[in-house]
Order: sequence, then C-alpha cells, then structure tokens
Amino acid sequence: MTQHLFLPIIGPLLGAVLCLALRRRLQAQRLVSLVLTTGLVAYLGLVLWPDLGRGGGYLRLLLGSWPAPFGIVLVADTLSALMLSVTGVTALCVLVYAIGWLGDADQVDHFFPLYLVLLAGVNGAFLTGDIFNLFVCFEVLLVASFGMLVLGGKHAQLEGALKYLAISQVASAMLLVGAGLLYGTTGTLNMADLSVRLALPAVAPYAQVAAMLLLIAFGTKAAIFPLHFWLPASYHTPPTPVSAIFGGLLTKVGVYALYRSYSLLFAQQWPGQRPLLFVLAVCTMVVGVLGAVAQREIKRLLSFHVISQIGYLILALALATPLAMAAGVYFVLHIILVKTALFLVAGLIERATGTVDLYACGGLLTRKPLLAGLFLVNALSLAGMPPLSGFFAKYGLVLAGLQAQAYAPVAAALAVSMLTLFSMVKIWIQGFMKRMPEGVYPQDAVEPLLSAAATALAACALAVAIAAGPLWNLAMQAAQQLLHPAGYIRAVLGG
Amino acid sequence: MVVLVAVLTGVLFATGIYQMLKRSVLRLIIGLALLGHGANLFLFAMGGLRPGLAPIIGLGPTEQMVDPVPQALILTAIVIGLAMQAFVLVLSYRTHEEAGTDSLDELKAADGT
Repeated sequence: MTQHLFLPIIGPLLGAVLCLALRRRLQAQRLVSLVLTTGLVAYLGLVLWPDLGRGGGYLRLLLGSWPAPFGIVLVADTLSALMLSVTGVTALCVLVYAIGWLGDADQVDHFFPLYLVLLAGVNGAFLTGDIFNLFVCFEVLLVASFGMLVLGGKHAQLEGALKYLAISQVASAMLLVGAGLLYGTTGTLNMADLSVRLALPAVAPYAQVAAMLLLIAFGTKAAIFPLHFWLPASYHTPPTPVSAIFGGLLTKVGVYALYRSYSLLFAQQWPGQRPLLFVLAVCTMVVGVLGAVAQREIKRLLSFHVISQIGYLILALALATPLAMAAGVYFVLHIILVKTALFLVAGLIERATGTVDLYACGGLLTRKPLLAGLFLVNALSLAGMPPLSGFFAKYGLVLAGLQAQAYAPVAAALAVSMLTLFSMVKIWIQGFMKRMPEGVYPQDAVEPLLSAAATALAACALAVAIAAGPLWNLAMQAAQQLLHPAGYIRAVLGG
Repeated sequence: MVVLVAVLTGVLFATGIYQMLKRSVLRLIIGLALLGHGANLFLFAMGGLRPGLAPIIGLGPTEQMVDPVPQALILTAIVIGLAMQAFVLVLSYRTHEEAGTDSLDELKAADGT
C-alpha cells in the first residue's frame, strides 16, 4: 500500500537524467520538468494524502524489504506530507516563472536538470527515516544548489557560491561527525530506533554532543544567528527564480531537520538546551531584521528577511508546546509560499524598472497596479497583518509564548514584526508610491508567464489564510506527532 | 590503535581549521579537504577498531567481526567529498579568473555596501 513513497525522490532524479540527455532541446527539457513537477503535485494530492489518512497519519516504506532498524526506511507523517505539498506547489510556480525568465545568458539548458536534482534532494530530506540518508539528501540538494547559484557565471555569483560552499562543507562535516557519534554510541542510524536508544540515561553525554553538532550543521543550513553570514552574501546573486526557490525553500529544509531531530532524537533535554534555543531564536530574528532595514536592494533586503523569519521558527521549537509547534508548522507553510512569492514579485519589479536599487525605481502603483496588489498582499502577510496567513502564524506563536510565560522572546517577536512592516513599507514607498525618478526608462514589456506564476503563488499563499482552519488542524496533528514520537516509532519499527 | 586514530583525527581537524582561517582561497580548499578526511576517519573509528579483522561474514566467529556499516558510510562520504572537491576547485579557478585575486579579503563583490 505504501510502495509509492519513493516516487517523490526517484521521479525528479529520472527527470534530471532525461533533461541531461535532452541537453540541446530546450522545449523538451521544459516539457519534461513541467510534466514531472505537475505529476508530483498530483501524486501528493491524489495518492499520498488519501493513503496517509488511511494509514493513521504515518506511512513507511522499507527499501529492499530489509526489516526496519537495519535497512533504509522512508517515512511520511503529517509534517513530511505538509512540507512535500508546499514544496511541490512552490516548485511548480517557480518552474513556470523560470521558463519565462531564464535566457541564454543564464545558461538555461543547465537549469532544468539541476532544478530536478534539487527537488529530489529536498523531497528526500523530508521523507528519509535515517540520519545518514538525511546527510546524503542534504548533499544532493547542496550540490544542485551550488550549480544553480553560479548559472550565468557572473563575478558576484562565483564569490557568493565560494563562501556558501565553504560554510556548507564545514556544516556537512559536522553533520557527518554527529551521525557517526550517534552510530558509535547506539549502533543504529534509524531515527526511530535512535529515539528509543538515546532515551537511556547512560548515553546522555554523547547525545548532548551529537545534539550540538547537529544544531551547528542544521543551523548553518537554516541560517541561524551566528551561522547566517553566508546567506546575504549569496542568495541575491543568482537569477531571480533561483533566488526565489533558495530563499523560500532551502533554509526551511534545515528547519525541518531541526524540528525532526530535536523532537525525535533529543527530546530528553539537557538543562541549557531551551535557553540556548531561545537566545538563538531572538538573535536570529533581531539580526535578520536589522540587516534588512539597512538594505536598499530588494532581493538583498528579502534575503535578510529570510534569516529573520527563521528566528520565529526556532522560537516555536524552543517553546515546544503543542500550540507553539502547530504555529511553527503553520508558519513554515506560510513563509515558504509568501517569501517565494515576494522574490518573484521582486523579479517583476526588476523587469518593470530595469533596476534592483529601490532608490532608483518608483511609480509602479499607477503603471502596474496588479503588481502593486501582489506585492502589498504578500508584504502585509509577511509582516503579520490580519486576515492574512502571517497573522495566524504569529498569533499562534505569540499566544504559545505568553502561555509559557516567555515574555522577553514574545516582546522581541512583536518588535521584529514592526520592523518587518517598516521595511516592507519602505519597498512600498520607494518602489510603488514615489514618482518615477528621471533618467530611468522602464520597458513596458508584458511578461504573462512571469505574472501568472507570481499570481498563482500569491493565490496559494492566500489559500493558506482562507483555509486556515483545516490547515491549523493539520498543523496541530503534525505538532502532536512531533511531541509524542511514540506513534512515529511504532509506525517505523512496526512493534 | 584507538589512540593513534584519535590523535590523527584531531590533527586533521586542527590543521584543516587552521588552513581555513588563512586568507588564501587555495588554503581554504585544502582545509575543507582535511576537515572532510578528519570526519571520515572519525566515522571509521566509530565502527570499533580491531586490527586484522575483515567486515565479512564467514571468515571467523561473528563476535570478532568488524562492523561493516561505518565503512559503507565512509565510502558514500568519500564519493560525495570527491564531487564537492572537484566542484570547489573549478569554482575557485573561475573565481580567480574573474576576480584576479586569491585573497578571501578581497572577494567582496557579493557583499555590497
């Protein structure tokens, strides 16, 4: 019944091979990647979710039919399914946008295979049930992201990629050492089995070391405060569709890995763990938003907001109550869609004005009212204005914080929201309200594909707000599964 | 044996990090490679070190077997490391072509103002 769980990984990989074979035929490459990504979304909606409902919230696939703690196992629970779904929808919209955006100068014939490999790596990270395959999936998505980062080969891209690669490799070494330590201590790599064995008091010191190593590794990928410097140096350099999928999706894979490992493996907290997560969350929020306020380029500004929003997700992990985790899960769904949509809108602004500098553009409110509307909805959602999705996410998080009497982090979260609103208003005033400065000659090209993709993604973000009730229930279910790993363990080990 | 491997892992990590703290891009790459090897060696030691024993069933009593799983993991990690090293070498070559410098301090094109 669950024999299909490998499809989200193997499908994009086969597509990537096909795209490589069709290297000189751009139309065929576009068709293959579109069909595959649409197929992925259809699979998730028509097969995975119904099966997940029938399977009691968990699905597992034993690869090669090896029994659970010994073989490789793929697991889907509510969180995995939610992440896969939002990834599929985002990937489809960004793919359409990329087809409209990328030209020969961006080495477009290399884009599609890399994009599909990236998708396979991300899906694999969401589905894998053992810690070493998590490492492998991270490497797969990283190596694809390195290739995408340097598409076009401009000077700034190469430098950004070099820094991103160096820091990612250090993080990967930490992840490898952490996984090795866990194996040396417990003799297993299966995360459900690890969860059982790490609960024994005898292994507590090793578990703490491994917890810190994995925090460094996943924290680097998620761009948590002292490990975030690579992100604003690299994410704004590649072509806009690449920036969009990176800014929207990649850091959240790191957050997912943190949610998974800190609920399943390191739930037995050592005394300093929660205060440490609180400090990291607040610093990430504050440093990110302060960096954003100082920026004058839209994509760079949005890159800093990526960091700031990660802080909220870590705050949910630090609180670790059912309400907080549900808010965190809902927040991830919201932020992936809204952030990607904002990057796509930034690309449209760039196309409409011919510049990325906020001070050099303007007058878009009258010239491109649809674009203005798209930006406004997503920007207000990012800042947390009711009745948009950002409001529900932040409301849940703040409520959970107040219930847990964590007043200082809640105050920081609210202040950061104000600053987020401030920097969004800055884009609004500079880009849309202000009169067009002289000397800028905007092209009035109509780009239906780009606008359609951005609108579709914004519509999905709105749908997250409209369907807040059912989605919140799903997020609550995911939070319960995270906080009570007994069900996960039973589903994987089959006891 | 355990002490030797432990010291060697430590030396690899230390020299790797020391090289990465230098300003030269080439030294950064060498540092990354050493760090990766240190991690691999650490993984190797995690399987238990028993000189002269093969991880193959049937060569002797199973109690005296070496755990084959870490060795399989290292193989995977070495292959991944090889791909990354190849990529970073090409990337640094292209960066050197574009920027005309080997100093990390002078690579500021992506930092902006």
